[in-house]
Amino acid sequence: MLAMNYRGPQRVRVSHKPMPEIKHPEDAIVRVTRSCICGSDLHLYNGNVPDTRVGMTFGHEFIGIVEEVGSDVHNVKVGDHVLVPFNIACGKCHFCRQGLYGNCHESNTQATAVGGIFGYSHTAGGYDGGQAEYVRVPYANVGPTVIPPGMDPDDAVMLTDVVPTGYQAAEMGGIQPGDTVVVFGAGPVGIMAARCSWLFGAGRVIVLDQYEYRLEFVKNYANCEVYNFKEMDDPVVFIKRITDWMGADVVIDAVGAEAAGSALQTITGRKTLLQAGSATALHWAINSVKKGGIVSIVGVYGPTDNLVPIGNVVNKGLTLRANQASVKRLLPRLIEHVQNGVLNPKALITHRVPLEEAADAYRMFSSKLDNCIKPVLIPPSARF
Amino acid sequence: MENTTNDLTAIGRDYSHIKGWGIDADPKNDPTYPIRNRPDGFVGQDEQRGYTWERPTQQPVDVEVLRSIERPTVSAVFGTSTPPSGLSGAIRRYAFKYSESEYGHWLPLLLADRVNMVEGIIDDFKRGHVPNIFAERGWKAEWKHDPQGLTKKVLIGAAVTAAVFVLLRRKK
Repeated sequence: MLAMNYRGPQRVRVSHKPMPEIKHPEDAIVRVTRSCICGSDLHLYNGNVPDTRVGMTFGHEFIGIVEEVGSDVHNVKVGDHVLVPFNIACGKCHFCRQGLYGNCHESNTQATAVGGIFGYSHTAGGYDGGQAEYVRVPYANVGPTVIPPGMDPDDAVMLTDVVPTGYQAAEMGGIQPGDTVVVFGAGPVGIMAARCSWLFGAGRVIVLDQYEYRLEFVKNYANCEVYNFKEMDDPVVFIKRITDWMGADVVIDAVGAEAAGSALQTITGRKTLLQAGSATALHWAINSVKKGGIVSIVGVYGPTDNLVPIGNVVNKGLTLRANQASVKRLLPRLIEHVQNGVLNPKALITHRVPLEEAADAYRMFSSKLDNCIKPVLIPPSARF
Repeated sequence: MENTTNDLTAIGRDYSHIKGWGIDADPKNDPTYPIRNRPDGFVGQDEQRGYTWERPTQQPVDVEVLRSIERPTVSAVFGTSTPPSGLSGAIRRYAFKYSESEYGHWLPLLLADRVNMVEGIIDDFKRGHVPNIFAERGWKAEWKHDPQGLTKKVLIGAAVTAAVFVLLRRKK
């Protein structure tokens, strides 16, 4: 089968790999029909996540058709069109039973700090991902969800990660009616976080980014205020100034390790890997939220350390809330929102690219070429 | 979730132009979630017992799986992509002697990744495949959408390479 094949930092190709096999009674094999490239895939692509091995296939946002099931699979059957949450979750462990499907304890041998994630290095379990024609899906009774009849596949694939992550970012913000919410980052997750903040009753939503085309998009998509931090001396002072010098009630970090805006953070976090990615957005978030406010973190960082003003977290009495999205927990509500037209996630997809051109799609997304917001890879069998 | 739309109108602003405004507002959503949301049967001392759930069937361990020393067993399922091999594999095995809390774990893993990249190129040549670095780096897309940027990148790369070459020649 054809599959994306990582060869080293900023080098990927599509090549033939062996077909995945059932390895466990609760496995399924899914024929992929759509697979997105996620902003967090860029951390792998740039070589920033430890234990990203040459030959691995990335891709944790995908949908497809069930081709084969293991002997203990009863919730999906061959022929079902399913969307597959990016988390690999057993549904039985202590954490899954708390609704923390992003923190499963039975899906990752290599690290305890994160549950299994499709195609996200061996630090997240060593599973090949969905940027391929076929993929092995463990715990098929738990994660894969049958796509409701009539749902656009482009909406469905966005429900595997982008929509739940953006929604949970807003949810973790504990937004109260009338709150001012600041979102750092106008990538797909930041755009969705801004949109979802309104669902929780935000009174004002403000988004900061450095790319004008993304700010223009989110302004229209999410009815929010937008500002380009490149035009500011100091984004923290700017946010204080536009919030009566108090700071925002809630600040969402939807950027993570690839953040721009600080030479020190860029050199130590992205160029030399002395810290686990550039923590510029988180630094700004902590400093621009009001005292007693909440910082919600969905931007992805590496497993080591980051330079953030933790003293200010103490002195300001902040609450930090963070997690990988618990996709399964959120799916019923989010499917409802998509079906009712409250959320329109497919509007974020700007590029539909043949799987065979994955290297170009990664470059386009990574370098923000051609006003790229969200690229989707489509395998040959799904193109008609 | 509790529908609090009526309460929300009390803040005195009109959000009718925003579809779905306030439909998921939940005044009970406080920062103690999900710690507060303990599953049935996990109260008091049971909380501390560790493996108190019925574990899923164990996937047969038929490839080498490196295990974090912060857990006692292999997880019930695991990925089988690209098992450790070669020099990079040896470095990874060394890294897994240290916990996730140690630089001794993560820095060797980053080193192993870079070694693995070179191994990948050697492996390509062994199989008679010459990697097309330009295609793998997606330069076709860059040339199409940002020819100036790519040209600049190539010129800088060529200048740096030439400078290094000249410096090395001088030393000789």
